[in-house]
Parts: sequence; structure tokens; C-alpha cells
Amino acid sequence: MESGKPSIAACKHQLRELLQDMDNGSEQDAERLLESFVKSHEASMFNEIGRITRDLHDTLASFQMDSQMVDLAEKGIPDAKERLNYVITLTEQAANKVLSAVEESLPVSEALETHALKLDQSWKRFRQREMTVEDFRAMASEIDDFLGSTTQNASLLHANLSDMLLAQGFQDLTGQVIRRVITMVQEVEDSLVDLIRMTRKTTDFRPEIQQGNGSLSAPAGPKVPGVNTADHVSNQDDVDALLSSLGF
Amino acid sequence: MKILVVDDFSTMRRIIKNLLRDLGFNNTSEADDGSSALPVLQNGNFDFLITDWNMPGMQGIDLLKAVRADPKLAKLPVLMVTAESKREQIIEAAQAGVNGYIVKPFTAATLKEKIEKIFERVQASA
Repeated sequence: MESGKPSIAACKHQLRELLQDMDNGSEQDAERLLESFVKSHEASMFNEIGRITRDLHDTLASFQMDSQMVDLAEKGIPDAKERLNYVITLTEQAANKVLSAVEESLPVSEALETHALKLDQSWKRFRQREMTVEDFRAMASEIDDFLGSTTQNASLLHANLSDMLLAQGFQDLTGQVIRRVITMVQEVEDSLVDLIRMTRKTTDFRPEIQQGNGSLSAPAGPKVPGVNTADHVSNQDDVDALLSSLGF
Repeated sequence: MKILVVDDFSTMRRIIKNLLRDLGFNNTSEADDGSSALPVLQNGNFDFLITDWNMPGMQGIDLLKAVRADPKLAKLPVLMVTAESKREQIIEAAQAGVNGYIVKPFTAATLKEKIEKIFERVQASA
């Protein structure tokens, strides 16, 4: 059914008919025609109002969408950059820590091997009774040295291995940070999809703005310098101080 | 001494397990979030719980609250080892009855110190 604006030709035709009816003195016909003429214009006016309302609705929705995009562009993206930079820093620190520990440990383990090999040869000569008294004395003092240095070196190796173990904590921390960036990228994707949908003027848009991570007790993830340091403790001493102020 | 270590990152669970072994605790089990940890705790006679906060599924803070609300587990010592470092979160954990709170990244010495402190208190109150 044609519900749009009546065409000019149709209007002219209607008016001509109306005048004719009036000339012919058929009052009833004239009244009927006048009524249908007004009605057809009324319908087109309502259609127009409907269209304007829809446009207004779409515009308002796109304003909301704009503010969401602005928020992502102004806060979300720089925030994600800071987080990813922090990931680089953390992984670099961990890699350097492990490399330092390895660099310090390798010569120690090599010295241990060399020293033990030398003692092993002396010990074999002693067992085969090929050793002079002086050689034996030399071996005895070597054994003293070896036992002393081995205790020291073993604890150094242990400390370095522990450092390497703890350095692996970067995987947990960077994993948490990267998960947050993935969530943000997802939000950008959703917004872009919504924007595309909006510009195509489809009707199934979702005007509600997605909530960020503003909930009070929701986990904030690792503290990232330049992103979320406010109201965070800066180290374990701060945690201990806070807990002891609470009676711990 | 039977200890349950709860963290969603398996690397962190391994780190903590190794540190615990270094401290002489060999009997450790693992869970990857609160909802898998709770039934393990309820069926397992654990002496100590170390948990992360931020985990998919059941969070560490909710696990802590569930433990305190369970008559059989209420007295279990709980140590939180987490990257969550907001003051309000530490206060929330304290109010929920946590026995110790360590922020990541942490050191072996900190873990040792906090565990010893918790056991001292537990023995003193026993």
C-alpha cells in the first residue's frame, strides 16, 4: 500500500474534483472529497514525524557510541599501551635475572667439576699407593679447600636457582596484564561493530554502554606503573604496615 | 603438614610448590581456582591454604569467605599470595579472616617469614 506523500498530480486531481463537485452543487461529495484530501496529508505528516523520531533516536544512540569510542581512544588505548610496556619491562627483568644467575652459576659449576676431577686423580694414586708423604699432605689440604669451597658454592648455586625459580613469576603477572588488554581489544571490536551497524542504519543496535572494571571488589590485577597506581600499596612493607594497623 | 596451593597460573603454583619444598614442606596439592579448591579442602585434611585472589571462576576472596563459613574448615590458616595490591582489597581480606597477605612479585624470604609467623600464631592460640 502506498503510504507516502500524495503526488502533486494526485493533489491537483483531487482539488479539481473538489471544485467540480462544489460547482455542481453536490455538497455531500465535496465534503467527502475534502475529508479524504485532509486525511491523506495527515498520514504523510505522521509518517514524517515517525521518520524524524527514528533519526533522532539513531543520532542519540550514536552520540552514546561516540562517547564510548572517545573513552576507549582517550583512556583505553593509552592504558593498554602502558600495560603492554609493563609486560616488556617485566619480561626483560625476568630474562636478565635468569641470565645473571646462569652467568654467575656456570663458572661455579665448572670450577666444581675441575676441582673434583683433580682430587679424583690424586685419590686414585693414593689408593694405588703411588703417593709420597708430601703429595699426601698436599692432597689433604686440597681436600680441606674443596670441602670449604663446595659448601659455599653449593649455597651460591642454591640461591641462584631460587632466583631463577622466582623470576618465573613474570608469567603470572604478565598473563594477568595481557588478559586485561585482550578484554579491552574486545571492547574496541564490539564498539566498531556497533558503529558499522549504526552507519548502516539497521535497527538491532544495542545502545547500552558496557561497564568497565569499576566494581569495588572486582580484582584490579597487577599494579601497572602509569595506569592504576592510585590507592595501591607499593610493596610488601606497606602491606605489613596496613595489616598491623588493623591489628595483625 | 599438608598444604593446598591455589592459583590459576600453573607456573606460579610450581614456583610456590618449589619454595615450599625448600622450606621443608613436601606434601602439597594444587587447585586452579576457588571452586575446584573448596571440595578438595573439604575432603582432604589440609593444614594450610595458600591462595591467589584473581582467578577465573571462584575468586580467592570468595574461597576465603567460604572456608571461614564452613565449620570444618573455619580454623584453617589461609595465606593470600596475590598481585591485588589495593588498600581496600587488603582490608577486605583482613576482615574476611586472612592470616597473611603477600603481594606479587614476592621473595622466598617473604614467603618463609609469613608462613613462620602464621604458624607461631596458630601454635600460640592453640
